[in-house]
Amino acid sequence: MTRYVMVADLRRCVGCQTCTAACKHANATPPGVMWRKVVDIEVGSYPDVQRVFVPTGCQHCDDPPCVSVCPSTASAKRADGFVTIDYDICIGCGYCMTACPYEARYKVDEAAWAYGDKAMRHEAMRFDERKVGVAQKCTFCVDTVDAGLAQGLTPGVDPDATPACVNSCISRAMTFGDLDDPDSNVSKLLRENRHFRMHEDAGTGPGFYYLWDREELPL
Amino acid sequence: MRPTVVSGPWPRLQRAWDIRAACNFIGGGTGTGLILLALAAALGGADWLPALLLGLLFVGFGLTMVLFEIGRPWRALNVFLHPQTSWMTREGVLALPLFGAGVAAAAAEWLGWHGAALAGLSVAAVSAAGFLYCQARILRAARGIPSWREPALTPYILVSGLTEGAGLLAVVHAGAPWASVVLLALLLVRAGVWHHYRETLARRGAPAATLEVLGRLTPRLLAVGHAAPAGLLVAALTLQWPPLAVAAGLVAAGCGWRAKLVLITRAAQTQGFAIPRTPIRGRGTSRTAAKPGWSSQ
Repeated sequence: MTRYVMVADLRRCVGCQTCTAACKHANATPPGVMWRKVVDIEVGSYPDVQRVFVPTGCQHCDDPPCVSVCPSTASAKRADGFVTIDYDICIGCGYCMTACPYEARYKVDEAAWAYGDKAMRHEAMRFDERKVGVAQKCTFCVDTVDAGLAQGLTPGVDPDATPACVNSCISRAMTFGDLDDPDSNVSKLLRENRHFRMHEDAGTGPGFYYLWDREELPL
Repeated sequence: MRPTVVSGPWPRLQRAWDIRAACNFIGGGTGTGLILLALAAALGGADWLPALLLGLLFVGFGLTMVLFEIGRPWRALNVFLHPQTSWMTREGVLALPLFGAGVAAAAAEWLGWHGAALAGLSVAAVSAAGFLYCQARILRAARGIPSWREPALTPYILVSGLTEGAGLLAVVHAGAPWASVVLLALLLVRAGVWHHYRETLARRGAPAATLEVLGRLTPRLLAVGHAAPAGLLVAALTLQWPPLAVAAGLVAAGCGWRAKLVLITRAAQTQGFAIPRTPIRGRGTSRTAAKPGWSSQ
């Protein structure tokens, strides 16, 4: 089996939002829509304050609430972990947006461009009318991954089979790969580091892991 | 030591559903409440046709508003594709026998076929009960909104639907003491389940903004939406003056609608973001959970 997941190393992320920009460029998402974003949390009291940058987006959950509530079956889960949306079936009811505990889903009612009335070249090239009036979210760049797999490439290792946010990360904080492969990059990271998933108690089984410390290995 | 959250992305008000979606819960609750009570009226030998027709009108109004809410209304029939797990699909499916049997019951009654009318009304009432339950479960399945997914909201949605229906029933059957008694009883139950909902939500933790909105609503809801109509009903029963019961019914229904509007459009903050640990960088230490914008950090 294959289970693609994302791993974000919170020790490495500097909050530069390059992944956000790369995602917006790769997917030409309209203003206000950020499939990949980095939230900024400060904890502590002055002068002992810690700042944490947390990349987030669709968690491609094991048990995605967006899929179970969807009345049209537009939201679905693939066997390899991707949670997908069929833009041709979705009725745009917005129910999945309220079901997602990660604020990962968006809906826009009309086409909009980053700079006023005129679309930038990449926006014009990648504009998809089917996404207007329906739910949209991070795809884990499923088209790129599928195309890469068809060429015999390894997602998470070969850039041509890897999500744009991972390719763009300046500090290599983000890693993508197959959790079910014990030798994959993500499996190795999760073995060697202490990690958590956000809103674990929600029971959705998110496919997005956060590293926060080295694993204490036996001497 | 618990960390002090200095700043972070607080849970924000959901924007997926607005007043149009709220109207579905208002129309659906009131309409199904009316239809259920129409069956009770029929079994008690009272006139039930106006309540049934008004109930169908309310449910139809709610569903029409949903049609205005969705992004691709021409694909509305796709709503029927996922009965396996989606409470929204189940709600849509139940609307079919609700309207089919409801209209048939009204037609049969008009033609004087009382037995068939009662059978149709019974089917419509069972469908209405299912429809109302689906509405409650639609909110509970919205796991991104803590105030909706709270299981204690389910009985409130059920009881409020019945109460709103009973409010309008008191208007339709102005002067009938039984209608006033039913409404009075439901008002007491609704106040109780609302109190239970708020207490449970606060105890389990919720976005601070949600609790603040509900906290502001509650005194008015209990005073204007429950105590006042209850007083009016007692006066109506004592003085035997029907206009008081009509006023009580309108206030009881209206306050139920107001509460649903607030629940859907204002007390609907998202889960927000949280980290159970902060990362250790260099020789630093990790802190425990940070959950910006929640009642319990």
